[in-house]
Amino acid sequence: MMRLPWFRHYAPRLLAEAARILAGEGPQAMLIAGGTDLLPNMKRRHQTPAALVSLARVEGLKNISNGSGLALGAGLTLSAVVHSAAVREKYAGLYQAAAQVATTHLRNMGTLGGNLCLDTRCNYYNQNYEWRKAIDFCMKKDGEICWVATGSKRCVAVSSTDTAPALISLGAMVRLVSASGERELAVADLYRNDGIDYLARKPDEIVTEVRLPSAAGWKSSYWKLRRRGAFDFPVLGVAAAVKIASDGTVEQARIALGGVASRPFLVDKAGELLAGRRLTDEAIAEVGGLVASRAKPMDNTDMEIYWRKSVVSSFVAHALKEVRGDDMRSTRLRIARQEL
Amino acid sequence: MNARTKFSVIGKPRRRVDARSKVTGLTRFADDLVLPRMLHAKLLRSPHPHARIDSIDTSRAERHPGVHLVLTGKDFPVSFGIMPVSQDEYPLAPERVRYVGDPLAAVIAKDEQTAAEAVELIEVKYAPLLTIATPEEALAHPEARIHEYGENGNIHRNQAYEFGDVDEALAESDHVFEDLFFFQGNTHLPIEQHASLAAVDGEGKLTLWSSTQVPHYIHRALARALQMPAAHIRVIACPNGGGFGGKCDLHNHEIVVSRAAIRLGRPVKICLTREEVFYMHRGRHPVLMKFRTGVNKDGKITGMHLQTLLDGGGYGSYGPASTFYTGVLQPVTYELPRYKFEACRVFTNKPACGPKRGHGTPQPRFGQEVQLDKIAERLRIDPAVLRLNMVAKPNSLTANWLRIGTIGLAECIREVVRISGWNEKHRKLPEGRGVGIACSAYMSGAGLPIYWNKMPHSGVQLLLDRSGQVTVFCGATEIGQGSDDVLAAIVAEVLGIDAYDVRCMTGDTGLTPIDLGSYSSRVTVMMGNAAIQAAENLREMLAEAAAEHLEVLPDRIVLAQGRAFLADDPGRGIDFRAAVELAETKHGTLGSVGSYTPPRPPARYKGGGVGPSPAYSYTACVVEVEVDPSTGWITVPKVWIAHDIGRSINPVSVRGQVEGSVYMGLGEALMEEQVFRRLPPKLSNALVHRIPSLLEYKSLTSLDMPEVETVLIEDPDPNCPFGAKEVGQGPLLPVMPAVANAVWDAIGVRIDEVPITPDKVLEALEKKAKGENPRVGPEHFPAVPYPEPIFVAPPWEGGDGNAQKPPRRAKEAVTS
Repeated sequence: MMRLPWFRHYAPRLLAEAARILAGEGPQAMLIAGGTDLLPNMKRRHQTPAALVSLARVEGLKNISNGSGLALGAGLTLSAVVHSAAVREKYAGLYQAAAQVATTHLRNMGTLGGNLCLDTRCNYYNQNYEWRKAIDFCMKKDGEICWVATGSKRCVAVSSTDTAPALISLGAMVRLVSASGERELAVADLYRNDGIDYLARKPDEIVTEVRLPSAAGWKSSYWKLRRRGAFDFPVLGVAAAVKIASDGTVEQARIALGGVASRPFLVDKAGELLAGRRLTDEAIAEVGGLVASRAKPMDNTDMEIYWRKSVVSSFVAHALKEVRGDDMRSTRLRIARQEL
Repeated sequence: MNARTKFSVIGKPRRRVDARSKVTGLTRFADDLVLPRMLHAKLLRSPHPHARIDSIDTSRAERHPGVHLVLTGKDFPVSFGIMPVSQDEYPLAPERVRYVGDPLAAVIAKDEQTAAEAVELIEVKYAPLLTIATPEEALAHPEARIHEYGENGNIHRNQAYEFGDVDEALAESDHVFEDLFFFQGNTHLPIEQHASLAAVDGEGKLTLWSSTQVPHYIHRALARALQMPAAHIRVIACPNGGGFGGKCDLHNHEIVVSRAAIRLGRPVKICLTREEVFYMHRGRHPVLMKFRTGVNKDGKITGMHLQTLLDGGGYGSYGPASTFYTGVLQPVTYELPRYKFEACRVFTNKPACGPKRGHGTPQPRFGQEVQLDKIAERLRIDPAVLRLNMVAKPNSLTANWLRIGTIGLAECIREVVRISGWNEKHRKLPEGRGVGIACSAYMSGAGLPIYWNKMPHSGVQLLLDRSGQVTVFCGATEIGQGSDDVLAAIVAEVLGIDAYDVRCMTGDTGLTPIDLGSYSSRVTVMMGNAAIQAAENLREMLAEAAAEHLEVLPDRIVLAQGRAFLADDPGRGIDFRAAVELAETKHGTLGSVGSYTPPRPPARYKGGGVGPSPAYSYTACVVEVEVDPSTGWITVPKVWIAHDIGRSINPVSVRGQVEGSVYMGLGEALMEEQVFRRLPPKLSNALVHRIPSLLEYKSLTSLDMPEVETVLIEDPDPNCPFGAKEVGQGPLLPVMPAVANAVWDAIGVRIDEVPITPDKVLEALEKKAKGENPRVGPEHFPAVPYPEPIFVAPPWEGGDGNAQKPPRRAKEAVTS
């Protein structure tokens, strides 16, 4: 089997202690929570941290608390998020996103914070060291060139988190804690459109909590495109959250995309386009066209690139129709291969 | 024995004899084995697709703490290969590497981590050579030549056969259909990665435990590779965690750990990583095909001309056989009066292709079954009826001189039509939903071994003693298919005992009689017949002794339910153990042997040895699909399949094999592909496997698997043990074309290649919308320099099975 490189391991119990160790070790240290992303990557020598600071035993990272909205500890496993009644009932998009991450086994280990910080992915990068040597490496790790787009100045590895687009559409915030203080960011602002430097999180910061605003009046939905009903990372994620007024018109709407850029992002103007209108088929088709124009898939994931782009508007329609209240169960079953 | 109809064990659905060990994790696979003082090996593999090795410096690796030995090509002067005609591999490449992943050095160290670290310290200077990435490039570039042998340039095998004048048949047909198809390569994907452990005893004799389907062939090939007497080598096939043909070659690592163990006098183990398993490959050849088929108005085929072009990868492997198999079994399914078959296999700088479940036959089966669907459409004949009207005849010879015995295909078609509701569904479902049908035939064991000899293909030895224990020895290998269960069941049935009381000792060249291995769906038929013979011999000894004791004639004795008793007076008898004691007293130490050699094939022409089999199995399959016209997304809600099994030894296992075939078939139909990435040639020579991982090489998950309804057609075949034919491979074959045909029924587009993916469906739908030919598939068949065909007259045209001078042809006279 492939073996891990050597590293030092810390298992602090207190958040402040974790932050202090992280600051003291400097950028050569990395955080580990569930390890489902990091450990395979370390075996393939994508990351070779000198030290790992484990968050597994840190107290206070696994809370679920109700306020006007919902606060979720970043250390909650994805399974815990999936099984949370509050998430299921009020934030369907987040539930549907978390439930479709990887497999049951990986959701039992992987955490919400880990999924938000998931390394960007690329078929030229997610390979073992020997394979990457055979292509003389790439820009993201150990090499110079981006083989996906040989003229590109930046790495185009793909953001592959499912929960981030859902949380962006829901208007969620993340709390970041470091030895020198703490701050809150909109989830959308946690990301940069750069396959290498994809997080706005500083190396000494720990993602501790996700805060969701009140869901009153909102409905949400997440549709994931992947080859199979399990395991696979998204090659497209469409998250929609819509607040519908009592007269049936859209008061506010947010649509976010994942899997089609180096970051998950809120689609500008999609909300404005829907605001004040009913979710008619025409409105849905119109916004679908707008969203599709913003998706820029690259040829570095599973499935054919032009086809991936061509199905974006269909997935937007699925999400908005589900929000509208259409019975989407048979479509969902065909695409997700499971009920959600 | 075949005439019997009442059985105690045969045909009863049972838990397999090895099931508990498997499901409780107690089965010991090769990688579970640990020996005292064991060392670990790692291989250095080439990062270049095609290069000369100028120098290898192993000094830093040798000095690395914990390293015991570093081996390179110079430690292995003898080439090897699984077939006598393809001795083209070296355990470690001495001068030339031929694909990314080709091994060229090995480190043996105290643990795997140390070995992996030291591998990184080996310094190699390469001189890159021209990369041959595709069959088209192989045909266009005789240089750089990947191997110095073969037909010429980069053509490994090139052959042509003609059974009757096909051009004449096509000229006289009402219609001639010409179609191109492409079947993408895919790999076996066994969950168990290949592992091997080698150890020498105090006398210098070697034992190799390995994940292999063919311990006997490994034994022979290893003796040659190591230049050691075979009598000093023992190969033990561990239970395999899936084989599917990927563990049928002698592999580099098996020779490396053997040599290292001999050199060091310590056990040496290796377990390949998942990436390395993708590099060992030996899987499904990518095959481009051209079919020209003549048909009369009534839908009957008059003749077929099939051309195939196989992308062989970097080595020969089973390639010579694979090349034959892209053509030889075509005539076994339907009546085919005349047949011409041309096949060419080329070398490319990719992992070698070889045998995968169905070995070479799923590709042309896909082409023919999809073409038949087009023929039925054009002639306005129901595709099920079209097939039913031309099912090959039982007890007949085919155009290429294969002898067919029993055929349950018509019954399979009728059953699958009935249970699927075909007549209510085909061309009647709403837009976006459709059904497709396809059929197939497969061998129950290859009629000839891979090296020439006239000895038995399978031997079984039985040992009984006064304790009442029954031990059966056979070289057959349990690869998950259930061969131990078949062996125990057959012995138990004949001796009248419980299958769970039979101990199976299998797959050990030091202890068990030779069986050629778990490939070509041969084990049930060949091992089974040998086991019946061995068990019958012992049954007679037991019956004689019991008869003497009961003072009756032996033919009145029945062995059943753990007793020996009188057929006409069941109350009078003794228990099995007492019968064994009496027999041991009467005959001395009890033992018996049985063996099996397949019937001699009727073909007399050179090459006629590929394709004959003691029996052929038949399958018919209906697949339903739902296709979303806006995205091309494909869903398979249900599969119906009927298989002509002859007779089930254990129906639970048989159904498991059928369902497993549907699972693998749907993977090949919808997503699996062993494909390679060529970087821009201006910037790089690289040619790498795109997705050598279990995550990105897509095969179905349990969530993607539809419901499968299986029907078993039981019509015992006289050549088979209790009438049982094969089931391990045949049911895979019709699945892929049935999916393609269902997509046509659903939305009216033809995808003439696998995998059938949503982007191809959408592309075809866009063509349809523009009024173009709604088809995605190969557009061009390159000019392949096939040789003049070997001409053999079909049996009904006065042939005797020998090659003869071809008839003079008017057309040739004009063109020459």
